[in-house]
Amino acid sequence: MPVEVRLPTVLRQHAAGQSSVRANGATVGEVFDDLLRQFPLLAGQVVTEDGSLHKFVNVYRNDDDVRFLDSLATPVSEADVITILPAVAGG
Amino acid sequence: MLRISRAHWQAIVDHARAEAERPAEACGLLAGEPGDIDVKAVYPCRNAAPEERLDFIYELHPLDHLKADRDAQANGWEIIGVYHSHTHTEALPSPTDIAQAPDPSWHYILVSLRLPTPVVRSFTIVDGKESEEPLVLERPVSR
Repeated sequence: MPVEVRLPTVLRQHAAGQSSVRANGATVGEVFDDLLRQFPLLAGQVVTEDGSLHKFVNVYRNDDDVRFLDSLATPVSEADVITILPAVAGG
Repeated sequence: MLRISRAHWQAIVDHARAEAERPAEACGLLAGEPGDIDVKAVYPCRNAAPEERLDFIYELHPLDHLKADRDAQANGWEIIGVYHSHTHTEALPSPTDIAQAPDPSWHYILVSLRLPTPVVRSFTIVDGKESEEPLVLERPVSR
């Protein structure tokens, strides 16, 4: 079941320059697994080696930050849009 | 080089001054056309850092980022940079700013309120190195 995944400018270079791609999965984590199969250069950019969401990105299912849902276990359906944005912070 | 209207420049300075009263660092996003040097929109955002550290660090509120990104996209723009203020230090990227810079294509505007007159400067941050770039103020439209 493909869902739309929107990528921030900084990650597009790892996804053939595309701003929006489609990937399959029933959860955010499964969608990211499929995303990595399609674009192996995204490895380590969104999900860490130990399988958790990278602290340098924010991920949304539609209007919701998935950290306040079930993180990578958050369920998705075909009409959902997953957006990845960089976490913006400094001192 | 980054070019900004006086109205947008003033919006950034006003936001920085308002947040300095708390005291807190102000932060927000800049939108423009991809690859262009003109700031087309300024989106003041909430600083989501822990309350006791608001005047030392900023964490741009994730939902404010999403809203800004959507608005920019709806206008044919994209997010091209971020601004934030330093309440008591110079308008230079801190080591934290450089280490956490999210995108090498972005412009990083720093506002310093250390002196009575605000100082606003723009930088790029690529591979852990900051470089100042000219921040050009657009002349007001003559009547």
